[in-house]
Amino acid sequence: MREEKRISLKHYGLIDPDQIEDYLEHGGYQSLQKALSQPPAAIVQAVKDAGLRGRGGAGFKAGIKWGFTLQTPAEQKYIICNADEGEPGTFKDRLIMEGDPHLVLEGMAIAGYAVGASKGYIYCRGEYPYIVKRLKRAIEQAREKGLLGTNRFESNFSFDVEVRMGAGAYICGEETALIESLEGKRGEPRSKPPFPGVAGLWGKPTVVNNVETLAAVPWIIEHGATAYQQIGASRYPGTKIFTLTGDVARKGFCEVPTDVTLRELVYDFGGGVAGGKKLQAVQVGGTSGAFLPESLLDTPADLDSMAAVGGTLGSGAVLVVDETRDLVDLAVTIASFFKHESCGKCTPCREGTFQLHRLLEKISRGQGSRQDLETLERLMWIMTQASFCGLGHTAPTPILTMLQYFPDPFNNRVNSQAG
Amino acid sequence: MVNLTIDNISVSVPSGSTILQAAQAVGLKIPTLCYHPDQTVKANCRVCLVEVEGARGLQAACSQTVVEGMVVRTSTPLVFKARKAVVELILARHPQDCLNCVRNGCCELQDLAQELGIREIPYAREIKGMPQDKSTPSLVLDPDKCILCRRCLTVCQEVQTVNALGLRARGYQTSVGPAFYQQLNESTCVMCGQCTQVCPTGALAEREEIDKLLDALADPSKIVVTQMAPAVRVALAEEVGLPTGELDMLTLVGGLRRLGFHRVFHTNFTADLTIMEEGHELLERLNNGGTLPMLTSCSPGWINFIETFYPDLLDNLSTCKSPQQMFGALVKTYWAQKAGVDPAQIYSVSIMPCTAKKYEAARPEMQDSGYQDVDLVLTTREIGKLFRMAGIDLKQVPPSEFDPWMGAYTGAGVIFGATGGVMEAALRTVYEVVTGNELANLDFTVCRGMTGIKEAEVDLAGTQVKVAIAHGLGNARQLMERIRAGEADYHFVEIMACPGGCIGGGGQPRQTDNAQRAIRIEAIYQEDVALALRKSHENPEVKQLYTEFLGQPLGDKSHQLLHTHYQAKSKKLK
Amino acid sequence: MDKLQAIVDQYQKVPGGLIEAFHAVQDEYAYIPEEALRRLAKAFEVPLARAYGIASFYSYLSLKPRGQYIIRICKSAPCHVKGAAEVVKTLEEELAIRMGETTPDQLFTLEFTECVGVCAETPVITINGEPYGDLTSAKVKEILAQYRQPQ
Repeated sequence: MREEKRISLKHYGLIDPDQIEDYLEHGGYQSLQKALSQPPAAIVQAVKDAGLRGRGGAGFKAGIKWGFTLQTPAEQKYIICNADEGEPGTFKDRLIMEGDPHLVLEGMAIAGYAVGASKGYIYCRGEYPYIVKRLKRAIEQAREKGLLGTNRFESNFSFDVEVRMGAGAYICGEETALIESLEGKRGEPRSKPPFPGVAGLWGKPTVVNNVETLAAVPWIIEHGATAYQQIGASRYPGTKIFTLTGDVARKGFCEVPTDVTLRELVYDFGGGVAGGKKLQAVQVGGTSGAFLPESLLDTPADLDSMAAVGGTLGSGAVLVVDETRDLVDLAVTIASFFKHESCGKCTPCREGTFQLHRLLEKISRGQGSRQDLETLERLMWIMTQASFCGLGHTAPTPILTMLQYFPDPFNNRVNSQAG
Repeated sequence: MVNLTIDNISVSVPSGSTILQAAQAVGLKIPTLCYHPDQTVKANCRVCLVEVEGARGLQAACSQTVVEGMVVRTSTPLVFKARKAVVELILARHPQDCLNCVRNGCCELQDLAQELGIREIPYAREIKGMPQDKSTPSLVLDPDKCILCRRCLTVCQEVQTVNALGLRARGYQTSVGPAFYQQLNESTCVMCGQCTQVCPTGALAEREEIDKLLDALADPSKIVVTQMAPAVRVALAEEVGLPTGELDMLTLVGGLRRLGFHRVFHTNFTADLTIMEEGHELLERLNNGGTLPMLTSCSPGWINFIETFYPDLLDNLSTCKSPQQMFGALVKTYWAQKAGVDPAQIYSVSIMPCTAKKYEAARPEMQDSGYQDVDLVLTTREIGKLFRMAGIDLKQVPPSEFDPWMGAYTGAGVIFGATGGVMEAALRTVYEVVTGNELANLDFTVCRGMTGIKEAEVDLAGTQVKVAIAHGLGNARQLMERIRAGEADYHFVEIMACPGGCIGGGGQPRQTDNAQRAIRIEAIYQEDVALALRKSHENPEVKQLYTEFLGQPLGDKSHQLLHTHYQAKSKKLK
Repeated sequence: MDKLQAIVDQYQKVPGGLIEAFHAVQDEYAYIPEEALRRLAKAFEVPLARAYGIASFYSYLSLKPRGQYIIRICKSAPCHVKGAAEVVKTLEEELAIRMGETTPDQLFTLEFTECVGVCAETPVITINGEPYGDLTSAKVKEILAQYRQPQ
C-alpha cells in the first residue's frame, strides 16, 4: 500500500495555523533564512535542479519562470501566489492555506528574494473568505516578527505580501487574466508574449505560481534540490496533492509522490467506489480534465504519463463516477460550467462553450441526431485549435474523452431519435 | 529583418512584424474581423487563422509575430475549415435579416461569409434578442448584430476617451453598450459616430433618415434647400465609385438637382462667415480681456464633449454657431427675404460628414429663425445611398452652378474639412484684418497634418498669438486638462471631435482609417489651392450678406442668428 | 452613504483596489447599488462604462438587490453527481422561491455557484460564504431553521 509523503501539507493538522510561534517552532522561516545566505541565482538554480513544475495544471517549470524574472532588470518585480483555485473538485490550495498559511508566505518570500521582488500578492478566490482572514492574520504576525514588511534581514532584503480577493471568475486562474483582475479590471487573458515573467503586473516582471508550487519551495531549500528531484516521477518530481471526490468511498485528499497510479488513488486512498458499486469513469484534473476508463487506472498520475494516454493531471482533482451515473447528463453539467465561465473575449470559446452546452442538452433530451454528434466534434476541434487561451483549448477535453472512451451513452441517446 | 516563407513565398520583414503584416507585404490577404489598421491588436475574433509549422494548433496571424525561418501556410484546406468553423459560430448567433440591414452589401461579416463559401450553419440559430437603441437622433445601436470584435470600444474608450460604450456581463452574455444597460442618450455618448466607422457589421450605424427627405421632396408645398459641408465632396467620391477628391463640385451640384433639391447651396459659405464672426470674436476677446483661450465651436461632437466633461470651461467656447447652424438660421431669414419665400415653406437639408450634426440640428437652441433652422441632416453615406437608389451616376451628370446668395465660397471655407483648417482660415483673415497687410503666403502648414496636437505662434503686427489644434477627442481631452490646470497659455484653440477633422467624420464613407484620412486631407488642400479666392473676408456673397442684412460682424443680427450659448450636461453622466 | 465614503477612503489609494472596494460595498449592502457603483467609479477615476463592465464580469458581485442571507448552491460536477438537484429542490420548496430569487421578507436569496472548494463534503451550499456540506433534505431544513431564528 502506497504511503503519503507530505511536503506542501507537512504541517497540516500538526500546528495551529493562527499562531506563528507554532510555525516557528516547527522550523518555520528557516528556509527563508537559509535562502538569504545564498545568492539569488543559486536559489533559482536549486528550484530548476529540483525539477519543480507548476502544480496549478499547466506544469510549467517553476525554475524557468523564476529565471526569466531574475534576468529581467526592473526597479519593481512581483510575486503572485495564484490561490484562485476554481477547478471544480479541487481544494488542495485551501488545505495548504487553511492548515499552514505561513508556509505559503515563506515560499513567496523565498521566490521574492530569488528573483528580486519586494512585493507579493496572494490572489485568493472570493469563495474562501475565511481563508482570506487567516492569511491576513498570518501576514500581520509575520510583519510583527519582522519576517515580512520593512524587513530586518542582514541581507537588506525586504518583502511584503498583500491578499486580494477574487470575485467569482474561473478564468482568473489563467495567469494573465489573474493579473488583469489584480489590476482591478475584467479578468480577461492577455496576449502572450510578453509573458508575465517579463511584463506582468502593472507591466513589471512578475512570477505567478500556484499555492502548492510555492508551498514546496521551503522544503526544497531545506532538503536540497536533489532530495526533491528523487521523489516521484523523474520528469515531474516531488509530491502532488490529490483531492478525491464523487462516488468514492472516502472523499478527501492525500499528498503522495507523483508516480502514484490512479488505481492507488481511487482504491488505496479513496477506498474504492462507494456503496460497492462498479466504477464507470474517473475524471482526473478537475472539470477540464479527461474522463478515463477502468482500463487506464494503472497509469501513473504524473503530467507526462497522463498526457501519454490522452489524459490530464490538471489540479489533481479525482472525480470518481460510478456505473449508475448518466455521463451525458454529466457532460451537460460540465458544458454548463464552461459556458458560464468563458470570459467572452474570443469567438471560439465564447460561442463554442455556448453551442457545446446547447448541443449536449439537446442530445441529453434525446433530441439529438448523428449529425449533432458530428457538429459536436467539429465544434470541439475549432475550440481546441483556435481559442485565445487555455480555457477554450481545454474545455472540450472532458467531452472529447467521454466520446473516446464512453461513446455508448451518447450513441444510444442519439440512436433513440428516429432518423 | 526576419526571413520566413508564407505559402512558399519568401518574405523578409522587420523584426516584430506580425504574420498578417508579412502576408500583406507579399500581397496575400488574410481575412480579419477584429483587426483594424489604426488599433492595437486584439486577436479576439480568431478569423485570421493560419498554419505555422511546428506550432500547437492554428495561429492568429494578426497577433503572432514572425520568427526567423518560420513556415506559414495561409490557404490550406485545414485553414479554410477552421476559418469557416469560427465564422459559423458567429453567424449562429447573428440575425439573418441581411437583406434589410443597414449594412447590406457593405458588411464585413457578410463579405467574409461569402468569401469562405458558408452555405449552412450547423447550429440552431439563437439571437440574444436585445432591443435596438434609437435613443439619439444620430446613432442606432443594435446589440444583436454585434460580434464583439471590440473595435468600437477601442475608438470610444481609447481614441475618443468618451467611454459611453463598455462591455456588460461576460461569456456568451457579453454585450456592448452603456453601463446599466442604459440608452446612449443616458450615457456620455457625444454622437461622434466614430464607432460606426469601425463597426464591421450593422451593430453601430447612423440613424438613417433618407425617407424624410423623400417625403419632403414629394410635398409640393415645400421648397427643399440643401447645404453640404466642406468635407463631403472629397469623400463622397468614394461612395460613387470615384477616387477620393475626384468628384467635381459642380457635377455634384448637378446631381443634387437631379435628386430633386430645389436650391443647392454650400456650407462653405457659412464657413467663411464663421471666420468673419469667430475672427472678430477672437479679436474682441484679445482686446477686451475676454476669456482665453477661445475654443472653436464648429464640431458638434466636440460641443457635446465639452458640455459633458468640461462644463466649467464653457465660457472659453466661441459663441459662434457651427457653419451648418449659421446656414440654417440664415436660409430661413436672409435668403427667404431675398427670394420672397415664406420661411415656413423652406425645408432645410444639410449633407454632413457627421452623425453628431443630426443631434445639433435637433437642439432646442437652434430655432433662431423662428423655425427649426435645419430640418434634416443626412450623412455623406446616406447621400451616397440616395444617389444609388435614384440610379444617378455622378460620372455622367452635367455640371450645374450653385444658387445665388449662399453658395459662394473661398479656399478658407474649404479647408474647414481638415484638422487645422479652421485655424488656418482664421489666421488668414485675422492677420489681414489686424495688420491691414496682405499675406504673402497663405499656407500655414504648421496647422496641417495628422499630429494629434499641433501648436504654433503667429506674429500679428507685433502681437504674438499662440494657437493650438487638436483633433480626436482623446487629444482634445489632453489639451483641456492642461487648460483646466492653467498650464496652457494659448489664445485660440481649434478642436475637432473626429480624428483628421471632418474628412474623418462619423458619417463619412466606410472605412475611414488613418491612411484614408490622409488622402482626403490632401484632396482638401488641393481644392483650396485651386481656388481664386482663399480668404474668407474676400467672399463676395459674405460681403453682400453683411452689407444687405447683418451689418457688421458681431452686430445685433449676428448675435441673434449666428451666436448661441451651450449648457453643462448632467453631472450624472460622467 | 457615510459607509460608502469610508469604503472609498479605505481603498481609493490601493492600486487596482476597485474590486476590493466592490467586495466591501457588497459586504455592506448585499449587492452593489447603482449609486455606489457611480461613486466608486468616480473615486477610482474609472469611467462608469468600464466600472460597470468590471462589476458585471464577476459572478460573485451582484448588481441587483439580494436578501440578508445569500445561499449559493454549488452546481459543479462533484456536487452534481452527489445530488445537488435534490438540495435545490428542497431549498426552493422551503423558501417558496425559485433559484435567482429573494424571499419577500428579504431574508434569503438563492443563487447557483460553481465549485466552492469543499468537495469532500458534497453536496455543498454556502450561506454568506460559510460552507455547509454533506447535505440532505433534512439537514437543509435544519440549517434554514437556524437562520430564520431572530438573532
